Amino acid sequence: MEELLDQAKKIAEEAEVFMVSSEATPIQFEANRLKSIQNKRSTSIALRIIRQGKIGYATTTDLNNKQNLVSNAMETAEFGMPAKFKLPSTNSYPNIEIYDHATASLSLEKMIELGESIITQVRNHTSDIMCEADVTKSIISTRIINSNGGQASYQKSIFSLGIEGTLIHDTDMLFVGEDKSSCHPILEPNAITESVLQQLELAKNKASIPSKSLPVVFTPNGVASALLSPLMTAFNGKTVIEGASPIGNKLNQQVFDEKLWLWDDSTIAYRPRSQPCDDEGIPSQRTPLITQGNITSFLYDLQTAALANTQSTGNGGRSGGLPSPSPNAFIINPNSTTFNEMVKDIKEGLIIEQLMGANQGNILGGDFSGNVLLGYKIENGEIIGRIKDTMVSGNIYQVLKKITAIGNENKWVGDLLNAPHIYCPNLSVASK
Amino acid sequence: MSNIEFITNQLNEAFTKYNADYIEAHLEESESSHIIYRGKKLESIGRTTIIGGNVRALVKGGWGFVSFNEYDNLTDKVELAVKQARLVGKTESRLAELEPIIDTIPANIDKNPVTIPLSDKKQLLDEYNNIIWHTPKLQTSTIGYGDSHKKTIFLNSSGSHISQERIDITLRLAAVATEGNEIQQVGISLGSSNDFDSIRGLHPQVEQMSQHAVELLSSPQVKGGEYTVVLDPVLAGVFVHEAFGHLSESDFIYENDRMREIMVLGKKFGSNDLNIIDGAAVPQLRGSYKYDDEGVPATKTHLIREGKLVGRLHSRETAAIMNEKPTGNARAINYRYPPIVRMTNTYIEPKTTTFEEMISDINEGIYAKNWYGGMTSMEMFTFSAGEAYMIRNGKLAEALRPVVLTGNVFTTLNNIDAIGNDLEMNQGGGCGKGAQSPLPVSNGSPHIRIRQCLIGGK
Repeated sequence: MEELLDQAKKIAEEAEVFMVSSEATPIQFEANRLKSIQNKRSTSIALRIIRQGKIGYATTTDLNNKQNLVSNAMETAEFGMPAKFKLPSTNSYPNIEIYDHATASLSLEKMIELGESIITQVRNHTSDIMCEADVTKSIISTRIINSNGGQASYQKSIFSLGIEGTLIHDTDMLFVGEDKSSCHPILEPNAITESVLQQLELAKNKASIPSKSLPVVFTPNGVASALLSPLMTAFNGKTVIEGASPIGNKLNQQVFDEKLWLWDDSTIAYRPRSQPCDDEGIPSQRTPLITQGNITSFLYDLQTAALANTQSTGNGGRSGGLPSPSPNAFIINPNSTTFNEMVKDIKEGLIIEQLMGANQGNILGGDFSGNVLLGYKIENGEIIGRIKDTMVSGNIYQVLKKITAIGNENKWVGDLLNAPHIYCPNLSVASK
Repeated sequence: MSNIEFITNQLNEAFTKYNADYIEAHLEESESSHIIYRGKKLESIGRTTIIGGNVRALVKGGWGFVSFNEYDNLTDKVELAVKQARLVGKTESRLAELEPIIDTIPANIDKNPVTIPLSDKKQLLDEYNNIIWHTPKLQTSTIGYGDSHKKTIFLNSSGSHISQERIDITLRLAAVATEGNEIQQVGISLGSSNDFDSIRGLHPQVEQMSQHAVELLSSPQVKGGEYTVVLDPVLAGVFVHEAFGHLSESDFIYENDRMREIMVLGKKFGSNDLNIIDGAAVPQLRGSYKYDDEGVPATKTHLIREGKLVGRLHSRETAAIMNEKPTGNARAINYRYPPIVRMTNTYIEPKTTTFEEMISDINEGIYAKNWYGGMTSMEMFTFSAGEAYMIRNGKLAEALRPVVLTGNVFTTLNNIDAIGNDLEMNQGGGCGKGAQSPLPVSNGSPHIRIRQCLIGGK
C-alpha cells in the first residue's frame, strides 16, 4: 500500500489508498436441510487522488497490477469533481470494540448445529413449514493511508444468524422470519425462534380489513420496511445540499412529533456497523439527527461537508465507488408505552410487520406505499388475525408528525436500525 | 487472461485428484467504468478492474463453494470446496445430463464501450443534463452511467471448457422537481448488451421526463382501491417479471411439495390469449447468452402457453430432481456467488388488440406507464409506475402522482382481459434475488389490460 501511495504522490497533490480484505463463511440451509458451505475471500484496493484540484478514482481486485490503478485514477481526475476538502491527518481513534476472536474461531460444526437447532425449534411448532436458514461468520480487515499522514487500520468480526419460513396452504402463502447479527457469535438463538413462533401464532387466523383510514402500530420490522429509506434519504447531506430534502432547510426546526429522537451511531460496541473511523479516516461519532422532533444534524462525508460549509460527521461510506454520505446505524429512542398498551388502545386498526415494495414510490418526498406482507388486524384492543391483499400508503412527514405513542423496548432490525414500536393515529388502507 | 493454459491444466488435474461427484470452476476478468452526475455537476467518475474466480463442488447432494481474487494455489481451493461439500452431503447428487462442451464466444469488441474515451461519454451525458436543467422548477437530477466488459472461463469435471465475453451498458436518468414542500421525481432507465449507440439520441425522452416531473407537482394522488388498469409495454414487462417470472424459478419449487402442487404443469393461470416466454436464446438483449454459468446451452422456454402452465426455469440440479429438461437459466451475478436459477429475457407474446380499443370501454380506470421498481413474494407482488393517468369515458385524462399496484399472482393473471399488438422489450432492468443484484435481464410485453387491480392511494 505504501508503495502505491508513493507512486500516486508523484502525480497528485494528495492521495489515499483504501484496502479491504475479508473472509466470509456462509452456511446455507434450504428446504429444512443443510445445503451448502461457502468460503469467500476477497481483497480490493481503491486509490483516490486529488490532481490539479480534481478528484480521480480507480479500484481493483488485482493486487499485481497497481500501476494500472495510478493511470486509471489519473485519467478520471481529468474529468473529476473539484476537491473541496483535505484528506485528514488523523492517526489515533476512539477504541471501539468490534472484534471477537470467538467469532473467528467458531467451528463449522457448531455453526451447522446452530442452523439445525433453529430450524428444528420452528418445525416443532409448525411441522409443515419450509425453512431456509443462513449462518455466516466474517472477518474484515480495513486499512486506510493517505499522503497527509492520516492512517487507520482495524479488524472486525461479524456473525449473523437468520431464518425464513414459508407456510403454504393451497395458494395461500405465509412468510415469517427473523435474523440477528453481532460481532460476537450468537450462541443462544432463542430470541430468533421465539420471534418466528410469535409471528406464526398471530398469523394463525385470518382477518379482513376495510378500505379506510385506520390507526396503525409499526413494529420495529415495520419501521424498517416502511419508514427507514425515506428518513435515510432525507438526512443524507448530499440530498440536503441539492435542495432535494424536504427537511434540508429546517435545521433546528420542529418537523416531527416531539416524542421522536433519532441518532446515527457507529460507536456502539460489538455492532456490525460500528468502527473506529469511517471509510475516509474520520473518527466515529454519535450524531443527533432528530432531537424532540427538531432536526439537529445531517449526515456528511468530507466533500459534502465542505460543500455545505460544515464538518464531516464520520459518514463517508464506500460501496464500490467514491466515499459518499452513508448512514452507519439509525437509533430511535424508546419511550414509555408497551406494545400491549398500544394494542389495547385501538378499537379498529392494524399492526404492520412487513411491507413489501414500500419504497418504490417518491422516497424523496417521503411517500411509502406497499403490500402488507405480514400484518395483523386489531379489533377492540385484541389482535384477531393476519391481514392480506391489503395496501397501506402514507408519507413519513405526516405519519411521524403526530405519533400517538412510542414503544418502551428497542430491537435491532438488520444492522441498520434499532427501533421501538411506533403507534400512529391514522394511515390510508386499501384492501380487496 | 494470463497463463490461462497453466491455470486450466492445474484445475483439471485437481478435478481428478479430489474425488467429488462434480466440480466446476469460473474464472473472471472484467473492466468497467462509471460516470455519475448529481445535479449540474459530475460527481463521480471511476474505473474498476476485477480479477477473480471460484470453485464449486458437489458431493452426495451437498455443495461447497470457494471464491477468491488470485489464482495462486488453485489446487488448495478445489480441495477446500470438496471438503466443504463432503461435510454437507448426506444423500445423493443429482444433476441433469450434459455433454461436455468446448466453445469460445467472443464479444463484439469493435463496440466495447469501456474503451470509448471518457470524454465522449461525458459529452453525451452533459447534453442530457443540459436538457434537464433547462426545465423550469427542476431542483436536481441524477444521471448514472455504467459499462463493463467481462471475460469468463468455465471449466468442469466432465471436460467442458467455455470462454465467453459479455458487454453490458446501463443508463439511468432522474429529474427532481420541487415547489414549496412538494417534491416529485421521474426517471428513465435503459441498457444494452452490445451497443453504446442505443443510449445516444435520447434527447426528446429526457426533455419529456423533465417536464413530467414538473407536471407531477400539481397532479393529484389517486384514491386507493380497485381499478381497471392498462399497463404500457415497459410496466407490463415488469409485471410479468414480478408477478409470474419469479414463480417459474424452480429453486423455489423443486424441494417443496406444496409448491409443486401449486405449480403443476397444465394448470390454468390465464386466458387462452396469454403466452409467457423466457429465454436467453432470444438474441441481442441484456439477458441473452449462449451458455449459462453451469455451461448449459441457452434455450427459449414457454412458461405459459394459451393460459396454461407448460414450463419453468431450471438449473441442472432442479431439472434433475423434477425430472425435466435443463433450460440454461443458472446464472451468477459474478464470481463471488454460485449460480442460481434466474430469468433472462421474459415477455408476454403480442396479440391483436390496439391501445385505443383497450381503453375505449373503460369508464374510470388508470393508465400506468414506465417503472420505478417491483418486488414479489411469489404469491403477492407489487410494482410501481413512474407515470400514471386517469382514463375517463374511454379517453386518457389528467396525470396522476406515481402509483403502486399490487396483486395476487393466482388471480391477477386471470384478470388480464386484453393483450395488445405492440410488443416492446425494456432493457433498463436489473433483477435482484438473494444477495445477487442487479443481474442484467430484459423484460417486455405489449400493452395489457387488467381488471380489478389494487392500487395504493390516499
